[in-house]
Amino acid sequence: MVDLARAREVAAAVLDPELPVLTLADLGVLRAVTPDADDGVVVTITPTYSGCPAMETMRADLVSDLAAAGFDRVRVRTVLSPAWTTDWITEDGRRKLAEFGIAPPSPVRHHAGHVPLTLAPPTSTVPCPHCGSSDTELLSQFGATACKALRRCRSCAEPFEHIKEI
Amino acid sequence: MSFDNAYESLIDDNDETHWAYGTGFTDPLSDVDRAVPDGVDAASLATYCLMLGDDALVMAQRLSAWCSWAPELEEDVALANIALDLLGQARLLYVRAVEVNPSIRPANAPAHVPAEDALAYFRDEPDFRNVRLAEIDTGPGPAGDFAMTIARLLVFASWRLALFTRLADATDPVLAAIAAKGVKELTYHRDHAAQWTVRLRDLAAGTGTLHATCYRRCATCYSTGRRGRAAGGPGRRAGPGVRRRRAGAAGRAGDGRGQRPDRARWRAHHGVGLSAGRTPAHRAVAPAGGVVMVDLAGARKIAALQHIAGWYPEAVW
Repeated sequence: MVDLARAREVAAAVLDPELPVLTLADLGVLRAVTPDADDGVVVTITPTYSGCPAMETMRADLVSDLAAAGFDRVRVRTVLSPAWTTDWITEDGRRKLAEFGIAPPSPVRHHAGHVPLTLAPPTSTVPCPHCGSSDTELLSQFGATACKALRRCRSCAEPFEHIKEI
Repeated sequence: MSFDNAYESLIDDNDETHWAYGTGFTDPLSDVDRAVPDGVDAASLATYCLMLGDDALVMAQRLSAWCSWAPELEEDVALANIALDLLGQARLLYVRAVEVNPSIRPANAPAHVPAEDALAYFRDEPDFRNVRLAEIDTGPGPAGDFAMTIARLLVFASWRLALFTRLADATDPVLAAIAAKGVKELTYHRDHAAQWTVRLRDLAAGTGTLHATCYRRCATCYSTGRRGRAAGGPGRRAGPGVRRRRAGAAGRAGDGRGQRPDRARWRAHHGVGLSAGRTPAHRAVAPAGGVVMVDLAGARKIAALQHIAGWYPEAVW
């Protein structure tokens, strides 16, 4: 009989390889831990971005962490639908991100149809995780990883990363 | 994974060997609904996924060529990120293609090579099904420049976004899921290209010549117009010839409103039509005069990357 609660605990504690302050549960990447027919464990995860290179490492870490906890029959399933969204990052995860120096994402605004290009100033502000000022500017929507944008604080002049809403 | 010793990961007890050239992505997709739905022809669906995957793969190669050549460091990073998103989409599409039609997998690929890698590494140039728009050389190098690259990205991203928005309702649930995910990423790609288009146009506004050049770049790329005939529609409800919706940004950026697709101008400049590429016939044809003005360097670049895998197909790490 598989100890599902323990398996869930272990799976939920696996850290994101790129942001090692966050767990897969914090990220909303871990979707389910279920038993399979042969007394094994099936862990269901969802990829963040289509090309996210961390997924393979997450998969390997899940298998090895569960193996270390005594679960030797582990299968990792990847589901594409529903698509991952930053809305699934937990409150705890957001807090950890801010403490780590990365601006957490705001709630995703849903647009019907295409997102129009607007030349008006952006309506949402991203506060600086270092000094707290809301006077920050976007440098690029694309940062060091697929999920992060690059911003700069006009108050303390520090650059910082922002998990962009998706 | 241990953070204490970087070398530990090299001596792995599990010894999961990976094919040397690929991604090691051996269990990519699992979902409740993997079967091909009723009424969908598996071979057509596979070819369709292959086409969309090739568009993404070739585009990813073209974009990532700009890494270390872009006007600023942040742009190196941005184009590489966009390329990575597209590469991810290509992988997912390739996996679906081979899953629904295993005969699409290149026969010369060794058995241990994952399906997506087999499609990427073991097909010859004429077997790629990308549109020419993805493979034209916009630089870095004498063939193009950054403005052309941005203009092409704007057209490509707008088109793909419109297409994927429709495909999110595809009959095939896996294609629909790939498209729904892709829409979110493509929105950022298009926004990036649109922002740059406006910026470049503003920069050029002072000089009549530059403005005209920039405008022409956008117009030339914009004139790819419709995709031409669609190759079947098994996995989607969209009718033949899915139209690329005009990006509001493209309209604002290049005064595209009122522009008609100018395929004649494109053909005169480049020698072949831009929606060409979907079939072997398209790829084999040399334009009148025998001078190939549009190089197939995109596909040839892939061929260049493939040749080592071809020489040592059994390599693992």
